[in-house]
Amino acid sequence: MSILIDEKTPVILQGFTGSKASFHAREMIAYGTNVVGGVTPGKGGQRHLERPVFNTVKDAVEATGATTSLAFVPPAFAADCLMEAADAGLKLVCTITDGIPAQDMMRVKRYLMRYPKDRRTMLVGPNCAGIISAGKAMLGIMPGHIYRRGNVGIVSRSGTLGYEAAAQMNALGVGQSTSVGIGGDPINGSSFLDHLMLFEQDPETEAVVMIGEIGGPQEAEASKWVKENMTKPVVGYVAGLTAPKGRRMGHAGAIISTSGDSAAEKAETMRSFGLTVAPSASELGTTVAQVLRKNPARRGAS
Amino acid sequence: MDIHEYQAKDLLSGYGVPIQRGSVAYSADQASFVASELGGWHWAVKAQIHSGARGKAGGIKLCRTYHEVHDAAKGMLGRKLVTGQTGPEGKIVQRVYIEVAEKFEREIYFGVVLDRKAERVRIIASAQGGMEIEEIAKSSPQAILQVIVEPAVGLQPFQAREIAFGLGLNIKQVSRAVTAILGAYRAFRDLDASMVEINPLVVTADDRVIALDAKMSFDDNALFRHPTVAEMRDLSQEDPREAEASQDNLNYVGLEGDIGCIINGAGLAMATMDTIKYAGGEPANFLDVGGGASPERVAKAFKLVLSDGNVKAILVNIFAGINRCDWVAQGVVQAVRDIGIKVPLVVRLAGTNETEGRRIIADSALPIITADTLADAVRKAVAAARSVDRQATSP
Repeated sequence: MSILIDEKTPVILQGFTGSKASFHAREMIAYGTNVVGGVTPGKGGQRHLERPVFNTVKDAVEATGATTSLAFVPPAFAADCLMEAADAGLKLVCTITDGIPAQDMMRVKRYLMRYPKDRRTMLVGPNCAGIISAGKAMLGIMPGHIYRRGNVGIVSRSGTLGYEAAAQMNALGVGQSTSVGIGGDPINGSSFLDHLMLFEQDPETEAVVMIGEIGGPQEAEASKWVKENMTKPVVGYVAGLTAPKGRRMGHAGAIISTSGDSAAEKAETMRSFGLTVAPSASELGTTVAQVLRKNPARRGAS
Repeated sequence: MDIHEYQAKDLLSGYGVPIQRGSVAYSADQASFVASELGGWHWAVKAQIHSGARGKAGGIKLCRTYHEVHDAAKGMLGRKLVTGQTGPEGKIVQRVYIEVAEKFEREIYFGVVLDRKAERVRIIASAQGGMEIEEIAKSSPQAILQVIVEPAVGLQPFQAREIAFGLGLNIKQVSRAVTAILGAYRAFRDLDASMVEINPLVVTADDRVIALDAKMSFDDNALFRHPTVAEMRDLSQEDPREAEASQDNLNYVGLEGDIGCIINGAGLAMATMDTIKYAGGEPANFLDVGGGASPERVAKAFKLVLSDGNVKAILVNIFAGINRCDWVAQGVVQAVRDIGIKVPLVVRLAGTNETEGRRIIADSALPIITADTLADAVRKAVAAARSVDRQATSP
């Protein structure tokens, strides 16, 4: 097991024939991802990377049975493309695109809510590195070779900081079940909480690392849920201790604008809800290893 | 992106928000001429900088003659204005706004913001205008009125009426306030603003409702579809290094410390800075070189970091995903040769093609300090900055 994707998940790419999408589609296929085709309006009927191209997501779903999409489209067209994926009934759509206007994302999120919970699309991103279930499938732009199969889930706002966590864990012999990037935008698809709920249900995951950053309420909301519902240990970290108030630190959402937004406050909230907070980014791996030693595997218990 | 008060008023007025007559001036002579054109007996001369709290800092002067307008403008133009929001370095006044001044009876706070928790637009108002909203929230949170806007249908007149009646306005004032509130919301929505603040929104003795001050910020991600707004950008109001970085599509934020940072990815950049602090050092900047860190971009990043005279050591930390360590290594080697970096340089390369990247650095025979892990890199950078300190203080 793992969460969100595995080697069987049938995946399409939206914006399939673009140069970046093609590059990453090749990487995903090489990693073992079940890429069944893609969508580029106007290129329906062609073949690309030995796979069929469709004009619409609905056509692609009908012909291939795809349940999941990776959207590689420019920011101006991203909202439209995400709503199309939701309308076609995909279970999961992940988007890498950086630079989608916040009000477009606001509308996308309301659009997703139109559907009843049992057929509502989960959106991962935007402005993220994607999702990888180590050794099984990759839906994104991360370097697949740095992940090792194992039992720790990672959910991170930042892509590269997620890589850093995985690398530190590997050095200590700790592998990953699934790593999810939720992205650095102020209004994003799924939150930390959505993925913690999935990791809690996943028998292969024994512990989770949650890597947040300054700005927004999602770390606090997730930490509260951990305290009340989560049986697996969670290691937390919040980047941006040295960030000045009111300044945007690269990510559109990484800005301290209201109380509770700073890294120090968020880390304190995590601690107060029983998470183990890594004292610095260079100790992510060792903190996870310590937590695993204190909470011996309960494999078979679930 | 922020704009000036006069620009915000111009935009809002196009959406039906009532403003006073006024005009911008770039010189004292132009200021007094503008006052004579506007007519009237009293004028407010207002320094145009990207900051609030200008009144307390001497950035707003009430004048009764053209002479006073001339003198007030002369006193402001070309000077640095330090307010409670600019930081000690202040901001240079290059334009003043001359506005017809009028008596008013009441001051109201009105704001439109993007609420990240509700993931919708939130309208905020308070009968206690003229104060910062943070102050009002502290002293009397019950005095703040709020409504959330459903994005599918937008702000409805009943919601604007709820706010207007809630502020205790009379019926004539309510209908005018509703026009202003709906107009400000439409401007926010249509122009992809991230914030509209009218503080104060004033009520006159004859029941008119006027935006006396106005602030607007815009979603940088949406500027591509608002070219007229994008043109309002005033680079003189931004930190020169940050403005230069943004021209090259680099994200740079200057800080007070002495360890220059060149990192890929915003999260890793913040985390590396935090680790420097944790190890006893002080980061000089945030700099995300982004995904496609070509040799040219790396060279630009070095120039930018070195333009800060406080930098005593540089730390390059790259965890390559789409990036490739060998490209970054070539960029670093080229930059060191071309620019002639005199401060200690620590380079950590990890991820895609890390072995090739590390070999390029080693083969260059340049005095580059290498590190394999984040912890090691930060330790070496902090030690290098300290050794520079010691050399500087030893006789």
